[in-house]
Amino acid sequence: MSDAIRPFLAVVSARYRTLLQYRAAAFAGFATQLFWGAIRLMILAAFFAAATEPQPMNLTEVVAYVWLGQALLGMLPWNVDADFREQVRDGTVAYDLLRPLDLYSYWFGRTLAFRVAAPTLRGVPMVLFSMVLLPIVGLGDWALTPPASAFALAGFVASLVVAAMLATAVTLLAHISLLWTISGIGMDRILTVLVTVFSGLIVPLPLFPDWLQPFLNWQPFRGLADVPYRIYSGNIPAAEIGGELLFVLVWTIALVLLGRLILLRGVRRMVVQGG
Amino acid sequence: MPQIEVRGLAKTFRVAERLPGLAGAFRGLFHRRMRDVHALGGVDFDIERGELVGYIGPNGAGKSTTIKILAGILNPTAGTCRVDGLTPWRDRRRHVSRIGVVFGQRTQLWWDLPVIESFELLKDIYRVPAAVYRDNRDRLIALMDLEPLLDVPVRQLSLGQRMRSDLAAALLHGPRLLFLDEPTIGLDAVSKLAIRDFVRELNREAQVTVVLTTHDMDDIEALCERVMVIGNGRILVDGSVDGLRRRVRNERVLVVDYDSADDALGIEAEGEGVRLVERDASRVRIAFDPDRLPAATLIGQLLAQGTPHDLFIEHPPIEQTVAELYAEHDMRER
Repeated sequence: MSDAIRPFLAVVSARYRTLLQYRAAAFAGFATQLFWGAIRLMILAAFFAAATEPQPMNLTEVVAYVWLGQALLGMLPWNVDADFREQVRDGTVAYDLLRPLDLYSYWFGRTLAFRVAAPTLRGVPMVLFSMVLLPIVGLGDWALTPPASAFALAGFVASLVVAAMLATAVTLLAHISLLWTISGIGMDRILTVLVTVFSGLIVPLPLFPDWLQPFLNWQPFRGLADVPYRIYSGNIPAAEIGGELLFVLVWTIALVLLGRLILLRGVRRMVVQGG
Repeated sequence: MPQIEVRGLAKTFRVAERLPGLAGAFRGLFHRRMRDVHALGGVDFDIERGELVGYIGPNGAGKSTTIKILAGILNPTAGTCRVDGLTPWRDRRRHVSRIGVVFGQRTQLWWDLPVIESFELLKDIYRVPAAVYRDNRDRLIALMDLEPLLDVPVRQLSLGQRMRSDLAAALLHGPRLLFLDEPTIGLDAVSKLAIRDFVRELNREAQVTVVLTTHDMDDIEALCERVMVIGNGRILVDGSVDGLRRRVRNERVLVVDYDSADDALGIEAEGEGVRLVERDASRVRIAFDPDRLPAATLIGQLLAQGTPHDLFIEHPPIEQTVAELYAEHDMRER
């Protein structure tokens, strides 16, 4: 068993270590995300101040939702790995077949590292800033509150793990599509819109109109942000956490299977046309 | 049983043809004209365990296509191929875990990682047992003099250093078969010699089978006993390097130096298969076919005309031989 996942872990760890070298980019990303976080908070606060009816989330929950979103932005599958795109463009992607690995697992490892590296670099400072620094400077109303309970924290961590898998599966679908489209720029744009809107990153999903809720509740992207953030703040009650995790897991498995199916065709194309 | 057995291997690529100009690009959106490119048109050969085979041909002749099929990353259109009893593209994972591949044109190391970390990663990817890995790693580091490079990220290596690291990386899992695709391309003389020494040692001492493609005929002369020449997707010559020479033009050149230009002036050479190539001051060059006129007879003829200061026999450079072979088969880059 350990021998089976050994290559996979090695790939994840090597790619992860490589990506951690980009500290300047991480710092710039941190500054940008701080700025966007502040703007989102102000807009949502204005919305809450003007609201006449009770909302499905309270302001504290929304503040947590926004800060967690800014901290974990890099984990959302909104772009493709430039490294991978380059490899497809120059045809060297076919050389990955020289490794004695299942290609999907190999690429899953690479992509998982890509998705997880950015939030580790930016997420920790963002949480420290929003949870510790804001109350100190007297902006406690806008601070990230601690998780609703120990159980909520455990559920949050579990949901983040599943969210990372889901984000990887979605990104990998985009990576695999590069085998046909090559440039990947169109794919980036489509993904950005789909993911930022339907994960809840632009507006928390519960604040969307009621008639959209049935659709929003069943689409996979909410597992990326909406589910973990609402578990954290207690907006999703403890009793529903298990069901939500299962929901995200089922979508993840479905997207992994879809990815494998498409990759099978992509590989056939690769070995016929030669990269 | 040969280690590699190739029968009737053919590969045809379908490429989309784009008509020129804007109108052509527009029409291409709706209707694409496809053209077949025959990269390999039925290739047969066997390679025995422990051989070191040179595989040469002009650009676009089908060398890389053959290597890619043998390595399991490209499917042929027709034909069969067994490598150690496996069909490369069908048993890909098992097959690639037993072979080593080096492409001179691009590294297979991780660009941003130090060399030693790439090695560690390969150890895990190939599931090499720790003790075996340690042995192989230490031996390769010593052989290729990699010690000073281990902590350097691959992107900072010179081409020669990178090539040495790539070679070592391809051998960490102890493959019995190594494909080298233009391993000396762009290297300086010292690096080329280092690579050649290493490949020769690997083949003679460790009995690793090596298939080598190159454009550098010195590689072939230094390393290979057997050479296969491919052109227009077919094997044209398969045999020894000497045989290759003989097949094109069985010709040697006798170079004779005299004490002075006056002495050289009157020298004539006559007979079937003999011609005087050049008279340059005190030096005379005479081409002859040793099968039709033995060297001794020619030398006797010359001694009767005067006393040379020195004489020796040259092989025509193999580069010229191969160029003539390509010309004979009308093989230009397509």
